[in-house]
Amino acid sequence: MEQPVLAVLQFCVALVLAPLVPGIVNRVKAVFAGRRGAPLLQTWYDIAKLLGKAAVYSRTTGWVFRAGPVVGLAGVIVALGVLPWAGSGALLSFDGDLILLAGLLGVMRFVTIIAALDTGSAFEGMGASREAWFSSLGEPALLLGLAAIARTRGSISLAGILGVTSFAPGSAGGAVILLVIGALFVVFLAENARIPVDDPNTHLELTMIHEVMVLDHGGVDFAYIQYGATLKLWVLGGLIMSLLVPRTGQWYLDIAAAIGGLAVVAIATGVVESIMARLRLVRVPQLLVAALAMSALGLALALMNNPPTAALNPPSAALNPPSVAR
Amino acid sequence: MTLWIESFLVLLMITSLWLLGSSRLLSCIAAVSVQGVLLAALPLLLGIDAPPWRLFLQAGVSLGLKGIAFPLLLLRAVRSVDARREMEPLVGYSLSLLIGVALLAGSLAAGVRMPLPAAGTPVLLVPAAMFTALTGLFVIVGRRSAIVQAMGYLAMENGIAAFGLAIAEQEPLLVEMGTLLDAFVAVFVMGITIFHINREFDHIDADRLSTLKDSP
Repeated sequence: MEQPVLAVLQFCVALVLAPLVPGIVNRVKAVFAGRRGAPLLQTWYDIAKLLGKAAVYSRTTGWVFRAGPVVGLAGVIVALGVLPWAGSGALLSFDGDLILLAGLLGVMRFVTIIAALDTGSAFEGMGASREAWFSSLGEPALLLGLAAIARTRGSISLAGILGVTSFAPGSAGGAVILLVIGALFVVFLAENARIPVDDPNTHLELTMIHEVMVLDHGGVDFAYIQYGATLKLWVLGGLIMSLLVPRTGQWYLDIAAAIGGLAVVAIATGVVESIMARLRLVRVPQLLVAALAMSALGLALALMNNPPTAALNPPSAALNPPSVAR
Repeated sequence: MTLWIESFLVLLMITSLWLLGSSRLLSCIAAVSVQGVLLAALPLLLGIDAPPWRLFLQAGVSLGLKGIAFPLLLLRAVRSVDARREMEPLVGYSLSLLIGVALLAGSLAAGVRMPLPAAGTPVLLVPAAMFTALTGLFVIVGRRSAIVQAMGYLAMENGIAAFGLAIAEQEPLLVEMGTLLDAFVAVFVMGITIFHINREFDHIDADRLSTLKDSP
């Protein structure tokens, strides 16, 4: 199939299948707990139900509160358009689009935070503060990790990084990729409010981060937020999965492998949620700093392994002394 | 082979970060002992030009001491003073990890520039050794509990031993064994001292020991 058609196809597949990911996570948790669990399509049912309801707005809120869910959903949909999760190019692709990906996720977080602050509730302000605090540690880990992979794979566009057809056996980049995957998985759990950082099931005021920020949204707005959250799960999970799953070049195989990979990421998340307890709040930054340290280590290794190529970034030649080449 | 060596050295660095970031004493001991095991495996992997019996002896002795004996001694010390957690450290754990990243960058920058006598030494060996030693030093300075400081001493010793591997062909076996013996005696003495400090003063906070004076 042709490239643009394929890009549109994989974009639409993601839009339709994304709500399955939390369904799989919940199903895995249910199996671990010996329950039958909700149907896999539960998130779709929830969203459909919420879309049928009207939103209720408090008198203390302004346009920021109403704009929050819409802008957040738009941001994450564009992020999905940037990410070539099934290998064959995304809707939008250019050099440096990995920064755009991180930026779009940042926009989503920002509007969620200011919408929460706009309610004037002390409770939501607390959640917003925590979200800002944790993401200020998670985002450097994401960016440094992306930089490390970009250096290893010799490209600064997501298509060049993720569209690798196969792994060179015994390549020096293996350690870097593994480190970055470890770091990105922590960021994935933190950004999506999964268990070691936040518990998606509780409504206990002392433990909530993400959940507390969206308490005042209802109806259509809340449907947008839920759908946006599933898409975010897909985007970050797809990023991790794409680093592991090699590409075949056949579009149907690639898409099937990518969906399978995402299912594996979802199952891993479910397993983590089943066997771990939520960390104490003071320990969460430590976890994120550990992820940051892993990313930084990966970047340092990538800088040492790959002597700079002229096309990539000439100024960094100073970082690699000639002795590396021996 | 290069991949193996690189993975081991990366794991060595990760154990150092693990030591910096963990607050539980048992977790710290695990970090130090994993570090010892990794270090014991290195002489066999590096392809050093030396008789095999020497390499195996070196690996075996350092595995026995750093991987088994030291952790057991430390465990005994922890149990005898009944301490589970490190007390409030001078530098917080998150900040320690960030400082660790800075140390890592510093040792990578400095380590690759260092001229070595032996050609064919893996690029990462010297940075990993420097990082481990610096981490140990930092733990000694930044923690208050005497047990964790002893672990910092061990990490520093590990770093120095790893550095020694880079020049292993020039270094006599006797020196290697001597260092191991020194480390053994030091950890042994530290374990006993910690026990006595604890019995005498009901704590092992090295900070408060400095206020003790002989004169009235």
